[in-house]
Amino acid sequence: MIRKLALSALTALSLSAAPALAAGELGEITDYSFSFEGPFGSYDRAQLQRGLQVYTEVCAACHGLQYVPFRTLTQETGPALSPEAMRAYAANFEVFDRDLNDFRPAGGPDHFPPSGMETAPDLSLMAKARIGFSGPYGLGINQFLYGIGGAEYIASFLAGFDGREEMQAGTMFYYNTAYGDWVSMNPVLWEDGVEYADGTPATIEQQAQDVAAFLMWTAEPKLTERKRWGFVGTVFLALLASLLYLTNKRLWAPVKRAAKQA
Amino acid sequence: MSGIPHDHYEPKTSGEKWLHRRLPIVALIYDTIMIPTPKNLNWMWIWGIVLMFCLVLQIVTGIVLAMHYTPHVDMAFASVEHIMRNVNGGYMLRYLHQNGAMLFFAAVYIHIFRGLYYGSYKTPREVTWIIGMLIYLLMMATAFMGYVLPWGQMSFWGATVITGLFGAIPGVGDALQTWLLGGPAVGNATLNRFFSLHYLLPFVILGLVVLHVWAFHHTGNNNPAGVDVRKASKEEAEKDTLPFWPYFVIKDLFALVVVLLVFWMIVGFMPNFLGHPDNYIEANPLVTPSHIVPEWYFLPFYAILRAFTSDVWVVIIANKLSFGIIDATFFGVLAMFGAIFVMALVPWLDTSSVRSGRYRPMFKWYFWLLIVDFFVLMWAGAMPAEGIYTNIALIGTAYWFAYFLVILPLLGVLEKPTTPPSTIEEDFKAQVRKSAGQGPAAEQIPAE
Repeated sequence: MIRKLALSALTALSLSAAPALAAGELGEITDYSFSFEGPFGSYDRAQLQRGLQVYTEVCAACHGLQYVPFRTLTQETGPALSPEAMRAYAANFEVFDRDLNDFRPAGGPDHFPPSGMETAPDLSLMAKARIGFSGPYGLGINQFLYGIGGAEYIASFLAGFDGREEMQAGTMFYYNTAYGDWVSMNPVLWEDGVEYADGTPATIEQQAQDVAAFLMWTAEPKLTERKRWGFVGTVFLALLASLLYLTNKRLWAPVKRAAKQA
Repeated sequence: MSGIPHDHYEPKTSGEKWLHRRLPIVALIYDTIMIPTPKNLNWMWIWGIVLMFCLVLQIVTGIVLAMHYTPHVDMAFASVEHIMRNVNGGYMLRYLHQNGAMLFFAAVYIHIFRGLYYGSYKTPREVTWIIGMLIYLLMMATAFMGYVLPWGQMSFWGATVITGLFGAIPGVGDALQTWLLGGPAVGNATLNRFFSLHYLLPFVILGLVVLHVWAFHHTGNNNPAGVDVRKASKEEAEKDTLPFWPYFVIKDLFALVVVLLVFWMIVGFMPNFLGHPDNYIEANPLVTPSHIVPEWYFLPFYAILRAFTSDVWVVIIANKLSFGIIDATFFGVLAMFGAIFVMALVPWLDTSSVRSGRYRPMFKWYFWLLIVDFFVLMWAGAMPAEGIYTNIALIGTAYWFAYFLVILPLLGVLEKPTTPPSTIEEDFKAQVRKSAGQGPAAEQIPAE
């Protein structure tokens, strides 16, 4: 077993040799400002819809969203597509139906397909599986105001290709400033690579932020609801605490008065 | 129930008398709730109630989560996402349960260190202390197995590393590890048994909590002055104590709600604050995370585990003396469990006749250094096990053991304690006057 432990430790070391910087020390993460940051933050519907478009036209070629059901696209606090638009969107994807033993167009209850490319990770939870920053002093208390920075990481990553390319052992690698190292994923966003229906200029930064916001929603769809609970509970508990404080003071007053006089 | 004289339940109506003759349960509840409690308890005595709340919170949220969770390697991760997305309020349940474990540990550490400072472990409360240590051990086992259930990367690799510790035991290690895992490696059998035990152990903890409470209800609470309640007569006892209800129930509730306010803000606004991002990646036996770290509440002991590398002289000596049976890994495992074991032995290691650390001028320094040491070890445990960090962990570990095995036994002989107040009543008066800004501290108030 000890050998096994040592082995796994070795594997860990050798595996971490290349992406060590990425895991431990990050590259340059731009602190983009998102609408869902802070205790009162919520998703920007138009941004999520734009992000869905970028995902569909760019990312979906390789990356899946296997934990996300299409029906959730109608979520009021999410992208809020109309039921018709959602069904029309889902029908663009094919899913394997075990009852039919054949492929059929997807419907509301179906999930987005998993990654089409084996080396491309599923993106459903990516915004929670990466952190952009954990300040101050690594304590992570900033999360209260800025979140864990997963969306910032994704946006910085997508906008972080500086154009350097290198062939290593027959594979093309691209330098990414957010990762702080060479990556095998090629740059995917281009100026006006997508055409937004709402007329927003499709700069690389814009597309990167939009799809990052969308992926934050796929990772944490109940963020708005959760923060609402957080607010209601905080107000309620603060009120209860003040009442109990006064009760406690009143209750102990005679005891303390007696102790003072004795 | 308690050795402190106080009023007992008297059944009045005929119905009460009927029940009391057959099952004196109302009397039991009355005596438990009305236990005479030292007046001078400070705000460090509220964590017991917080811990009770945590246990109930974890059991209630856990039972509901178990209704929606699937303990299977192919479905566990997806079923947690199902809870987060589709179950009504599931995201709150899960975040409450996840962060509830952290509140549980934060509270238990404060509770333990409070006991260490005020000498709550000293006679006659040794059994309370030992039961408490057993609860703490079971909490760690429960939390560890619970962390495996979401079947993320840290779940899987944490389980692999920690069960590997049992594999380091010479001779029986490999067999023991296979028996624990239900196979050669962490897999479906492991996940299933961890789920089963994660559901069972909290109820064992609940049973031990009843014993823990029973034990200190029998001896009476310790208190910041560390002097005993006068038990000669009821009148005298009443000068030192107040009934638990309503005085301490309301005080504890107030404190609990303040703690919950902070807790709720973390759950509502930053629920992944203390989690690890890698656990949002499904477990993959083929990809080792570059840096495997346990949850923060295990870090101090994880640092102790990793502090002993094969070039440390104690390890070399142990290795020579045992003819190679004890290697660095096994030594680390012994040290980790030993660190908790010496804490459990503290009632017999502390030789001082004075109970409360408040009246022990030298002890105070060493105690606060132990607190600092605890945080240093926690920090070292989160760092990679290399270079300067292992040295820091080694120094921290040395102090941890020195505190319990050398400093506490010696201090009882070397230290000259100051005089504690003669009664709790006196201490309480001093406390009230001090907080009212009337100046003189405990020592200067003439005894009655």
